[in-house]
Amino acid sequence: MIEVQHLTKRYGPVTAVDDVSFKAERGEILGFLGPNGAGKTTTMRVLTGYMPATDGKAIVAGYDVLEQPVEAKRRTGYLPETPPLYPDMTVFDYLTFCARIKGVPRSERATRLRNVMERTQIADVAKRHCAKLSKGYRQRVGLAQALLHNPEVLILDEPTAGLDPKQIIETRRLIKGLGGDHTIILSTHILPEVSQTCNRIVIINKGRVVAVDTPDNLTARLRGSETLYVQVDAMGADAEGMLSSIPGVTRVSTSDRRDSIAGFEVDSDSGRDVRRELAAAIVNRGWGLLELRPMRMGLEEIFLKVITEDAAVPETAPETSQTAPEASHE
Amino acid sequence: MSNVLAIAHKELKGYFASPIAYVVIGLYAIMFGYFFYALLLYFDRQSMQMAGLGGAQPVNVNEGLIRPVFLNTTVIFLFILPMVTMRTYSEEKRSGTIELLLTAPLTDFQIIAGKFLGAMGLYAAMLAVTIPHIAALFWLGNPEWIPIVVTYLGLLLMGGCFISVGLFISSLTKNQIVAVMATFTVFLMLWVINWIASFMGPRAQDVLNYLSITDHLDDFTRGVIDTKHLVYYISFISFGLYLTMRSVDTERWRG
Repeated sequence: MIEVQHLTKRYGPVTAVDDVSFKAERGEILGFLGPNGAGKTTTMRVLTGYMPATDGKAIVAGYDVLEQPVEAKRRTGYLPETPPLYPDMTVFDYLTFCARIKGVPRSERATRLRNVMERTQIADVAKRHCAKLSKGYRQRVGLAQALLHNPEVLILDEPTAGLDPKQIIETRRLIKGLGGDHTIILSTHILPEVSQTCNRIVIINKGRVVAVDTPDNLTARLRGSETLYVQVDAMGADAEGMLSSIPGVTRVSTSDRRDSIAGFEVDSDSGRDVRRELAAAIVNRGWGLLELRPMRMGLEEIFLKVITEDAAVPETAPETSQTAPEASHE
Repeated sequence: MSNVLAIAHKELKGYFASPIAYVVIGLYAIMFGYFFYALLLYFDRQSMQMAGLGGAQPVNVNEGLIRPVFLNTTVIFLFILPMVTMRTYSEEKRSGTIELLLTAPLTDFQIIAGKFLGAMGLYAAMLAVTIPHIAALFWLGNPEWIPIVVTYLGLLLMGGCFISVGLFISSLTKNQIVAVMATFTVFLMLWVINWIASFMGPRAQDVLNYLSITDHLDDFTRGVIDTKHLVYYISFISFGLYLTMRSVDTERWRG
């Protein structure tokens, strides 16, 4: 549905996107994750036909965005970083205009408009001028605009930016609901967002793709070994030594200690669950087992790990891929 | 075509939703009214004198009043049209709405043509302000209507030239003040470009005279539609729109 091949975009001497390739299948929600200035917006702008790539190819809904831009754009809905609203227009007029330029037939316009306004919950501000809308409403009007022509592909640049927590949840639910019918690429630098909404994640840093996988696989792949957190009341005995002697345990380190109660991080061989043995050993000694839980690596840690690994292993290419000014073109 | 009209409609609505349309039309109405009144006084005195001298021919209203009014008031557009075109692209770039247009299934030409037509619509509304004055002349005397219609056609074409240049300049900058000043300067240069013509060689003289936007209006105000002038205006407008298209396109590449 969306195919990006060796995409490169340079702004003069600055390389914003450097040889990026990825794919999104029909109905998939692809999360585009990266720190600010990683090249997310630039990639999306190339995909939507807003700007051409310096090199490489982007195919959206079967059409090359450079060769057949109008056909590709007809099938793409795009929510830019700043919702593109006309301050002097009312929301209703704005959406009517959008429907016209997106080629929604006159007979379907009213129904589409009503449907989209309902889905994005903006019907109550239909008569208000865009200039007077709050950030949350602007964002949702922008989203409504992207959905108007019922496009096969949706490209959303930070769709939840500026929303309050309740709206964020609603928007995520909306986006999740749209997946299946639509192929969605959404960018964000908020990590829980991708794990909650996306089927697959593309992590991008300094213009390069550093990882592509499902949220679960990414977590598993980067974890390497299993880590457990155990809190024990050992009544003064040497708990650390005892825990180390349990078969399968590779490393034990004390993470906190208060009086006789101590917390340990216990690493074990990957794929081996030592929780039963640990619990049995502690209880058999007559110690208090206060806490025992797996320490799952959150997306934050994965993200940082991936990005620092990326920086730590210098590529053969010289450091031309500086952080691009993402919002240089407002 | 429906895309072009959608853009044109949006542009025109945008002018009337902001103070621009009212300021522009209001200023034009005041200035045109004053010019008309002043030239009417001249005309009045002239016809009195002619009558006193016992001239057999009454003074021609078309030649004596309508033509000078329109030729003299064209200078007003010099100041006003830059205000009409300054925001066409600059504003969209500044507010980011250009992203909506450039990612919608539209060609660059459709966007530009729509913006051109929108500005032309406002310009036509400005010209409409002059209709009551002219209508009054029909009520008081009997001018010929054909030269008047041809004059309006000429004015529309001349305004089209200014607007196409204005669009181009607006597409170059995010800053509306820069757009307005640059447009005004270019208009003024196009206006006075043939002032030095008489000091040049015969070849240069022809070229400079040909380039001057207002010289081409002269024949229209006489009621003459000359292909030479039509070709000039239409190619001027096409060139302006073409430059705008190139500018929008390069802007994309530069990012």
